[in-house]
Amino acid sequence: MGTGEVVIDLRGIVAGYGGRPVLRGVDLSVRAGEAVAILGANGSGKSTLIRTVLGLVPRAAGSLRLFGAEQRPRRRMRRQWRRIGYVPQRLGAGSGVPATVAEVVSSGRLARRNLLSPAGATDRAAVASALSAVGLADRAGTPVATLSGGQQQRTLIARALAAEPELLILDEPTAGVDAASQEAFATALRSFLRGGGTVLLVAHELGPLAALVTRAVVIHDGRVAHDGPVPEPAGHHAEPGHDHVHPHAPAETPGFWTS
Amino acid sequence: MDLFAYDFMQRALIGVLITGVCAPALGIYLVQRRLALIGDGIGHVALTGVGLGLLTSSSPVLTAVAVASVGAVVVELVRERGRASGDIALALLFYGGISGGVFLVALSAGKTNANLISYLFGSPLTTSRDDLVVMVVLGVAVLGITLLLRPWLFAICQDEEFAKVAGLPVRSLNLLLAVTTAVTVTVAMRAVGLLLVSAMMVVPVATAQLVARGFRSTMHLAMVLGGLAAASGLAASARYDTAPGATIVLVAIGLFAVLAMLSGVLRTVRHRSMAPAPAASDVEPPDVVLHP
Repeated sequence: MGTGEVVIDLRGIVAGYGGRPVLRGVDLSVRAGEAVAILGANGSGKSTLIRTVLGLVPRAAGSLRLFGAEQRPRRRMRRQWRRIGYVPQRLGAGSGVPATVAEVVSSGRLARRNLLSPAGATDRAAVASALSAVGLADRAGTPVATLSGGQQQRTLIARALAAEPELLILDEPTAGVDAASQEAFATALRSFLRGGGTVLLVAHELGPLAALVTRAVVIHDGRVAHDGPVPEPAGHHAEPGHDHVHPHAPAETPGFWTS
Repeated sequence: MDLFAYDFMQRALIGVLITGVCAPALGIYLVQRRLALIGDGIGHVALTGVGLGLLTSSSPVLTAVAVASVGAVVVELVRERGRASGDIALALLFYGGISGGVFLVALSAGKTNANLISYLFGSPLTTSRDDLVVMVVLGVAVLGITLLLRPWLFAICQDEEFAKVAGLPVRSLNLLLAVTTAVTVTVAMRAVGLLLVSAMMVVPVATAQLVARGFRSTMHLAMVLGGLAAASGLAASARYDTAPGATIVLVAIGLFAVLAMLSGVLRTVRHRSMAPAPAASDVEPPDVVLHP
């Protein structure tokens, strides 16, 4: 792992909302083929970190390179967006207008389609294979609002996969998701990684995803507190139902991250 | 039926049909975005355009399109900022719009209030051939944009952040949607009036989503229901000598009520028939439903 092209490269990133920095000098680089989990307590800045990578949070300082290309603040990413699939935490608040699973997943394919061009056979095939990758092929015509939370989450990953990205960025993909959907999720991610994809995900607890994550980055107080192998829970941390993620000061980490 | 033998009735019918079909085609995006009442606000702003047209003796429809478009773009820019003061900015715009309209209409000499009323509440029976030409052209533009750009407009209204990350031209599409809203308002002005425009954008969509399963089917059904309400509302208003615009809207609301009751009854019947045998095959117990 970690020998491929550098896909994401963050140097000294300072970013936040309304002049209040949430990230205070983050360095991180992710290579092709890696599956990196960003861990941290609520409010540690882990979601802000991926939103900064996606260009949704303005940077106050630092440099961001995606696929080797420097991203300027306040300028749209040019060719890079087709290569990035984004899976938000949840489906936007439903407005009552129904939409089928296939319609939502097809909207992910638009990254590859020119404005006003009709969907071609390749587009339809990509949508179909994204649906089957998450095990929702038989639900294409179902309104998303009637799906369970886990199935809605799988719809969102299928939407990202429909654009055939090289990098998947997921925000808490398993939060509040039932076991069956977590399993389907892990399977979809595993086959994405096998196909040479790169994964960056934010998680509160890894669950079934722990097996496929190659590296863990712990964010504490807007800085990287740990960057290395996935911490093995020990002692009472291994008890079922225990939340493995704790914000620890760097001084404490060597004792805690015993692997 | 012989009512429609008259020239003015035929023009009125074409006019209200264009409105009935176009308004929900655009309105579905506004409903999806939880901006169902924005059409009403743009209608207020369009009134200033009407006043400007009457005052300068140019076509009120065209000045209304221009002023409403500017208003819609301002609203979109306020929405994009997401400021807390957006609410107040919108109020200023809307009430400024309607006051400006009333003020300008009063200034234009020789025009009575009857004229203003016809723009506020619609007067399809006085639709002239020239009005109709403008409505057809603008209506075709609205349908072209809302139907051909459906996947893109759906994407930005469904999840704007995702659309941004996917590299869609979100800002341009938002502005296009805003201007199309203004055009739709002006098209519908003759048929149902500026104060009832929003109803034809929202009510057929609300009715369609009671029964449709997808976005596309909701859109098409809403267009059919809108056309149906427009035509039957016009016919009813001619028969019973009522105000056409208001009658059309009442018919649309009546369709909603009937369908809401029917779908409610259907659901209860289905529930009752399923109650004795809780079919486990369809329910999927392992999944946790997050949404209430």
